[in-house]
Parts: sequence; C-alpha cells; structure tokens
Amino acid sequence: MKGYNFAYLDEQTKRMIRRAILKAVAIPGHQIPFGSREIPLPYGWGTGGIQVTAAILGADDRLKVIDQGADDTTNAVSIRRFFARTADVATTTKTADATVIQTRHRIPETALRDGQIIVYQVPQPEPMYRLEPSRVETRRMHALADYGLMHVKLYEDIARLGHIGISYDYPVMVNARYLMAPSPIPAFDNPKMHMMPALQLFGAGREKRIYAVPPYTEVRSLDFVDHPFHPARAPHACGLCGAGDSYLDEVLTDDRGGRLFVCSDTDYCETRRADGQVGAEGVPVGMPGGAVEATQ
Amino acid sequence: MSETTLLSARGVSLSFGAIQALVGVDADLWPGEVLAIVGESGSGKTTLLNVLSGRAAPGTGAVWYRTPDGQLLDVHTMPAPALRRLHRSDWGFVHQDPRQNLRMGVTAGGNVGERLMAQGSRHYGHIRDAARDWLVQTEIDPKRIDDLPRTFSGGMLQRLQIARTLVTHPRLVFMDEPTGGLDVSVQARLLDLIRSLVARFGIAVVLVTHDIAVARLLAHRTMVMQGGRVVETGLTDQVLDDPQHAYTQLLVSSVLNA
Ligand SMILES: [Zn+2]
Repeated sequence: MKGYNFAYLDEQTKRMIRRAILKAVAIPGHQIPFGSREIPLPYGWGTGGIQVTAAILGADDRLKVIDQGADDTTNAVSIRRFFARTADVATTTKTADATVIQTRHRIPETALRDGQIIVYQVPQPEPMYRLEPSRVETRRMHALADYGLMHVKLYEDIARLGHIGISYDYPVMVNARYLMAPSPIPAFDNPKMHMMPALQLFGAGREKRIYAVPPYTEVRSLDFVDHPFHPARAPHACGLCGAGDSYLDEVLTDDRGGRLFVCSDTDYCETRRADGQVGAEGVPVGMPGGAVEATQ
Repeated sequence: MSETTLLSARGVSLSFGAIQALVGVDADLWPGEVLAIVGESGSGKTTLLNVLSGRAAPGTGAVWYRTPDGQLLDVHTMPAPALRRLHRSDWGFVHQDPRQNLRMGVTAGGNVGERLMAQGSRHYGHIRDAARDWLVQTEIDPKRIDDLPRTFSGGMLQRLQIARTLVTHPRLVFMDEPTGGLDVSVQARLLDLIRSLVARFGIAVVLVTHDIAVARLLAHRTMVMQGGRVVETGLTDQVLDDPQHAYTQLLVSSVLNA
C-alpha cells in the first residue's frame, strides 16, 4: 500500500490518539473523547480499535487479531492483512508470541503477560446507555461516582429473572472508581481483566471514546453479596481438545442437528491439541482423518 | 443561626430580569420541625424551596445546613458532589408530580431500593426487605413490590415516591405541593400518612403549599409569602387563627369562604 503513512493514519492523528490513550491510562476506566477519523473500512471492522492499534504499533511489534476468539474469521484476517500491508509488522496467531492483540468479543484464554497490549473494539462505551439516555446525565453520574442506577438494573434482573441476566458486556468497576463497559466480551472473560499484567486499551470509533485499564488494576464485576457474580460457560469440555476451563462455542457439525462444543479461542484449542490433548470428538493433530471439521 | 437550627437562610434575594422573585428572605428550620411556606402562585414560595434545597442559587444571601456532627455547610458554595451526596442521604425531595422522581420503567421495589444502592447497599435480600417494609409503611400492598409504577393510581404513586425518599431515613425533606392534583379524599389520606411518618421518624420538613388547610394539618410553623417577601411568620395556629398581615387575613378568609 504505497502512498500511505506507517499504519495508515497520519502522524498528527496518531499523536492525538496517543494523547487520549495517555489520559485514559492516567484515569483508569474513564472515557476520554478523541477526534475519531473516518477510515475507509467496511462496517464491522471496528474503527475505534483499529485507530488505537494504528497509534500504538511500532515496527518491531507482532500483531494478533481475533474476532469472537478466532484468528481466521474474515474480519480478523482482513484487519491483520491491513496492518501487515500498511505497517509491515509481523503477525501471529499465537497469543504468547504477540506484543499487540486486537480483539472483538473475547479475551484470549492464555493469560496475558507484562509488556503485552490488548486492544478491544468497542461499539458502545457507556455502560449505562440503556438505562439513562442522556449523555450529560451519565457524565454527571461518572463524575460523582453515582452508580445506584446500574445496581437498580441488577436488582431488577434478580427480581424478574431470579438472577442477573447480563451475559455479555457485563459492567465492571475499575480501580474502585469508574463504572466501565468491558465491550461485548462474555461475562466469563471479566475475571481475566482483574489485575491483568498486560495494558488494556478500549477504542470506540463511532462514539469517539478511548478508555484504558493499566496493568495490575483492580477490575470488579458488579454484583450483590447474596447474588455474587458468576462467570458462566457451557457445562461441557471442548470436543476437540478436551479443555474444561475454556469458553465454548456451540457449532453445528452436519445438517441433521449434530452439534459440538469447541473452544472459541482457536489458538488455545490448537495449542492444546498440538501438545497432545484430545477431546471426545477430536483426533490428535497430524493423525489420519485429522480433526473434525467444524462448519460455523 | 441558633445552635440547634438544621437549616438557615439569611438575606436571600433572587431576581429573574426585572422580576424580584425573592427579596431579603430569612428562614430557620429546627430538627424535627415542619415548616410550611404558603402563598399564591408567583409569591416566590417554590423559588425559595429551590434555593433552600440548593437546586437554585440565590442572587445574594446564603443558606446553611448543619450536619449530624455539627458542621455548618454553605449549601451554595459546597462542591456539587457533596451537595448531591447530601440529596441522596441526609435530604429528600418530594415533588408534586411523582413521575418526576420515580423511574416509571423500574419496579416499585427497585424504585424504593435505589437510594439504598446509591449509598452502597450491596445485599439484595436486605434491600428487598427494606423496600417491602417501606411499601407497608406507606400503605402499599407489599405484593405489588415487583409491579411497575405505571399500574399504580395517583395516590399510590405519591406514596411510592414518599417510600423511595424516606427509605434512607433522611433528616430533612423538601416537599413541593405533595398533595396537589389529587382528589380530596386521596389528599386527606396522604396528609394523614405524611403527618404520622414525619412524627414517627422525627423528620424536618420544608413544605410548599398554596393550600392553607395543608399547612394547618402538617406544619408547626408557617411562613406567608407575597411578591417574593415573607410578610408573616410564626406558629401555624397563631398565623392562621390570628393573622396580623392583611394579605394573610385575605388568604385565610378565602379558605373560609371556599
Ligand atoms: Zn479446545
């Protein structure tokens, strides 16, 4: 892609985004406005995440991009290719090998480490937007740490359903100060955000907000003492690698109702199988017949 | 300001352009006391309520609130977060239209529990018990705890607003025409309820009303306002039975004639 600046965005825009990121890191969980740029990309690429990634990428970085936990979806492949072309950075599908991980809807199962950065694509940065339509009012609630309304929502869930009915984008308190939307990751992933050694950055392009959780920061999922937060997962082991601790996707294996639970994190699953772990439906990697082909 | 006053205003004035809404108003409220501010519309009584509660700033003058530990707070110079905290803990506000205060898409229990949660209560069972208790206190069938307010009658809505306000045991509640717009029989029941709750919990109340009968039933002391000025103030019985000011005499007699 000749004629483009490194990582596509011009240096002035990247500086502006970096300033917003620095502010965000200084005030964990607080939404910082930024002058989001129009990027000529297909809808659904998540321009907020892409702008943050573009602003932090260096020539020596190794980038991993996942969408719903998978490295091989159209979105993930396109974004990875975009940065490979515009920034000429190395790419990887291995969580452990990446320096920057851009993600939509998941946190990798492999624990992130010191020095890594994870960039979340965020469609809606305001955790109370369904409860309080006024942006002026939600800003005031953040300024005053006035989050009774969010707990009213949890109370209402328990009163009506018997349990807290939020399974994605489950609200968290960051550093015991700011209420934050973790983006539409499953609630199962929330505990991974707590005291994570890696830097977590969140980019919302349409809403023009950036926020961050610095390494080793307290991140607590909202709950009640007598209705504690429960990071739910399907009660199965992965059919391919046998993992009993990973977040699972249910996939159809044929058109007669056959189904299979497999790790949503494809790198985690493949790494386990390469290490010789085999699930009930799986065949060791490299053996005749190979692994079951899951049709999404 | 005397040692024991809960709320005091001195020299409060406020103009909206050429209109003088408040002119040199002094007011004092003692703990557990119900103070009625009466007057016709345009007398400045609602503006005064807003200034006393920190919802509107005076042009000149000041309002002080004494905290439980004896600290005097200037209501209009204290930081906004502290004032907001006051409004959701020590203070309460009952609007004429309960829809202004209630969340109509949230159950009765959630409405009553919100102030507890805003104060940090994190035990669902305890919040629910408190909500149920306050529904009973305000004569709402506790079986309605999971119903939405939009299924409630006007009188029930007002009682639900009172439950939502009193659940955190505020020391001071501002009330703006709390029985306005309700049928006479519903009004009578609500006034009875307010009187007994206020007495039982020793709550101080600043009550704005155009209705002399409401002041007579609820208030220990009454302030009469006309054209932004306090024209007469004293014990309610004295002010209403033996009015000194011509305007008060007019107000009282118009009730008698009504
Ligand atoms: Zn697996």
